[in-house]
Amino acid sequence: MAKVGEIYRVAGPVVTATGISPRMYDVALVGEERLMGEVIKIYGDKTVIQVYEDTSGLRPGEKVFDTGQPLLAELGPGLLGSVYDGVQRPLPVLMNAMGNFIKRGVTAPGLDRKKRWNFSPAVKKGDVVKAGAIIGNVKEGHMDHRIMVPPDVSGTVDWIKEGQFTVEEPICSISGKEVTMMQKWPVRTARPIVRKTMPDVPLVTGQRILDTLFPLSKGGTGAIPGGFGTGKTVTQQQLAKWSDADVVVYIGCGERGNEMTEVLVTFPKLEDPKTGKPLMERTVLIANTSNMPVAAREASVYTGMTIAEYYRDMGYDVSLMADSTSRWAEAMREISSRLEEMPGEEGFPAYLAARLSDFYERAGRVETLSGFNGSVTVVGAVSPPGGDLSEPVTQNTLRIVRVFWALDSKLRERRHFPAINWLTSYSLYTSNLDGWFRKYVAEDFPELRAWAMEILQREAELQEIVQLVGSDALPEEQKLTLEIARMIREIFLQQNAYHPVDTYTPLKRQYVFMKTIKRFSELARRAVESDVPVETITELPVRIRLTKSKFEPNIDEELEAINKEMESQFEGLGGRA
Amino acid sequence: MISKEYRTISQIAGPLVFVEKTEPVGYGELAAVSLPDGSVKRGQVLDTSHDFVVIQVFEGTAGIEKSSGVRFLGETMKMPVSQDMLGRILSGSGEPLDGGPPIVPEERLDIVGSAINPWARDEPKEFIQTGISAIDGMNTLVRGQKLPIFSGSGLPHNDIALQIARQAKVRGKEEEFAVVFAAMGITNEEAQYFMADFERTGALKRAVVFMNLADDPAIERIITPRLALTTAEYLAFELNMHVLVILTDITNYCEALRQIGAAREEVPGRRGYPGYMYTDLATLYERAGRIKGKKGSITQIPILSMPGDDITHPIADLTGYITEGQIVAARDLHRAGIYPPINVGASLSRLMNAGIGPGLTREDHKAVSDQCYAAYAEGRDLRGLVAIVGKDSLSERDKKFLEFADLFERRFVRQGREEDRDIETTLEIAWELLATLPESQLTRIDRKYIEKYHPAHRKSE
Repeated sequence: MAKVGEIYRVAGPVVTATGISPRMYDVALVGEERLMGEVIKIYGDKTVIQVYEDTSGLRPGEKVFDTGQPLLAELGPGLLGSVYDGVQRPLPVLMNAMGNFIKRGVTAPGLDRKKRWNFSPAVKKGDVVKAGAIIGNVKEGHMDHRIMVPPDVSGTVDWIKEGQFTVEEPICSISGKEVTMMQKWPVRTARPIVRKTMPDVPLVTGQRILDTLFPLSKGGTGAIPGGFGTGKTVTQQQLAKWSDADVVVYIGCGERGNEMTEVLVTFPKLEDPKTGKPLMERTVLIANTSNMPVAAREASVYTGMTIAEYYRDMGYDVSLMADSTSRWAEAMREISSRLEEMPGEEGFPAYLAARLSDFYERAGRVETLSGFNGSVTVVGAVSPPGGDLSEPVTQNTLRIVRVFWALDSKLRERRHFPAINWLTSYSLYTSNLDGWFRKYVAEDFPELRAWAMEILQREAELQEIVQLVGSDALPEEQKLTLEIARMIREIFLQQNAYHPVDTYTPLKRQYVFMKTIKRFSELARRAVESDVPVETITELPVRIRLTKSKFEPNIDEELEAINKEMESQFEGLGGRA
Repeated sequence: MISKEYRTISQIAGPLVFVEKTEPVGYGELAAVSLPDGSVKRGQVLDTSHDFVVIQVFEGTAGIEKSSGVRFLGETMKMPVSQDMLGRILSGSGEPLDGGPPIVPEERLDIVGSAINPWARDEPKEFIQTGISAIDGMNTLVRGQKLPIFSGSGLPHNDIALQIARQAKVRGKEEEFAVVFAAMGITNEEAQYFMADFERTGALKRAVVFMNLADDPAIERIITPRLALTTAEYLAFELNMHVLVILTDITNYCEALRQIGAAREEVPGRRGYPGYMYTDLATLYERAGRIKGKKGSITQIPILSMPGDDITHPIADLTGYITEGQIVAARDLHRAGIYPPINVGASLSRLMNAGIGPGLTREDHKAVSDQCYAAYAEGRDLRGLVAIVGKDSLSERDKKFLEFADLFERRFVRQGREEDRDIETTLEIAWELLATLPESQLTRIDRKYIEKYHPAHRKSE
């Protein structure tokens, strides 16, 4: 089998080569500069390669090298806190090697080869270990990085060492096979597990509308579709910042450079609400901005997913944010059109739906080979052209994911953030999760959610009437419903991501908030029944105090005080009526 | 090296020329096609193989015949750059139009440019005061941002762009912006309008102008913005200047892109535009920003006219997904005689939060703009209601909001073409208008700011 061939044709990122006979998805090195690429089509004696770097200047006749290996991710200590491009080249290393702009032909390993890590074994000579079993520990920041037996190795421990090692030095031998702290895994293949389990624990995000109304479970899948400017990225970043996962993988897939900068600047300054450590210590960033090579963008979601699965296998809860899956789909479309494949809907390849479902199916709560419970939660942003949700990427995504957070440009225009439409969004996990909410938050949590949804639904119906006859024509009782709905929207649903207090609301407090509004509603209804006009109720000082309470630093005491004040102020009203 | 001339053209289609049986030619290499009359047209290799090479000819294929000679220049397209370019007017392919001497290059740079390593980027956060309230107050522009103007035919987007170019400054700093202006397929009249303004205000001294006019070859529009951005990068990151790049009109650029796609018989995406248009536009727009350790910056203001004022049209849509917000010009405001006719609700600046607040603009800026947004949106909604049920059936509260929306457009958004409002004036006007609403409705503003800035409170002091 020949390992070296030559370029036959170059058209943009797609290079055709002759003289090699690789397997599909093997990595090939193209041209004198050895640009990295991946085999995506084989026909006759020709091999089609998508190249991850700019191909300007490549000529027919230059050499092509077949590496005989698929695209691999390097997995081991040192991933956390890293910033990679779509094919796991560390961006800081690239900057040192080639300056401020991304040039080409530079290879950089995903894991630092020189850094030494302190390995402490968890098994001893003579122990029998299976694939995926944990053989030792490394401190990676504040996290325990559990070193696992690679999935293709098992047997008896011949020897195992303790001390300082690089990721390439053998630390253990299992039935004659040396094991290092680093594993390599083909990114397009899901890592093995024992079985998937039911997702019945919520991913707590501190975002009120998400946690209370449309909760996502650990190991669940969610999509955030929305036109530009509706806040997909801010929502994704809020999830990356505040969700109670152990590890966060954030993929900036074909998005803005300045947005990645924002992440890079803010994350190191923020604290993980669970551990108090800098958020960067639990985060892996993959940044393949829109003007970086399109083929590497296509690969970036798989690179990210593989890293997420690796930490899941240690028994961690990982959440993966992909912003935006539409750019990924467009990369597929671009490559597909260069291959002159017969297009499906809107020029997207016919395999779009299959690729999307393969990707989202790698999410889940699982029992790992090491016997732990781990999970990968996937949240994909979708950027539908013209905000039109009937387009193929959105539709194919919605067929797979179980949580749908619909962003709405109407809400955006009135600066209602997060601009998530409460009438069209849904979560199919609520019934799985209600047991957990009852046990750990409050017994009546699901009922409270149902109450809020009902008010919001009734508001939508009443608004239609108001549009025709004006709000003055409504009976007082219905005016009150509108007022309560307004309170739910303004106090509970609106949340300011940039306000230090408001940006994160713990579940318990979310409950108290909603409960307080419900209590207000009950008292107000009683007052209206004894002929207090709704306008008087709206002007109650406690109503205004409640509205502003979410920005108060001592918010929990404030809410308690409001609850007391509310009772007395309503009593005062009752006297007048 | 004298390269070999081929006379093996096999096909000419639209802007494309197919040449057979060549020596190996590099992808993206420049080519020169000689016409029988002795003139030479330049082009670039789009597809290369042992069997044939496809060349996209920038100046159009008119006059090329099968026996025309083709030479390959062995390098990709380069732009000669130097400091002396300031004050010059160049054609859409970089030739002097002002009768001046050719550019003596200090460097020759690849026009495609490379992506800035996200790790090397610095956060854009310096507030640019444009003197336009609807932008400064509500959709703040910062250095290193790319903020397009979404407009329509017949709307005064050129005036807005010129006013920004004239008035833009970073407060407390004396540095002026250098302006790089790239015209793509605009009319001669429009071009003269821009030039007259540049000359009148003296901006031309610190400007580099690239002109591809409506009657220039459409294909040239593919390279014009790249020449402009290459120049801008040189000025910003080599000569430490703050550069404002105005690209107009992106719609013409995209039409040229579609033309090439069609000529290559590519599978089209939405509305016939190529499926890679997002990536292609990104390679323009993403050439804005700041780099760690460099003094200069590139701020981009692309202008695009939305066909049929349709914001979901692929050109506007894809642009909005790449740029950091948009300034939307609205026809109804224009008809009502409001300049600048900026639809504040549909506009957005994603980097606003980084550029405003204490030390940058003023502590109450964010709260005031949020409150104005909410109140204005509510007032606009009520207008729809008034059309059906009449003003009388509104509650007192609603009437106030209705009035606020009118005032907001007439006093806050509207201003003179030469009126340069500083940020304090802008916020002052906003407070005066907010003061017409009941104080209990100002739910988005912290108590302490109301006490400090609300006119009612200040008068009582």
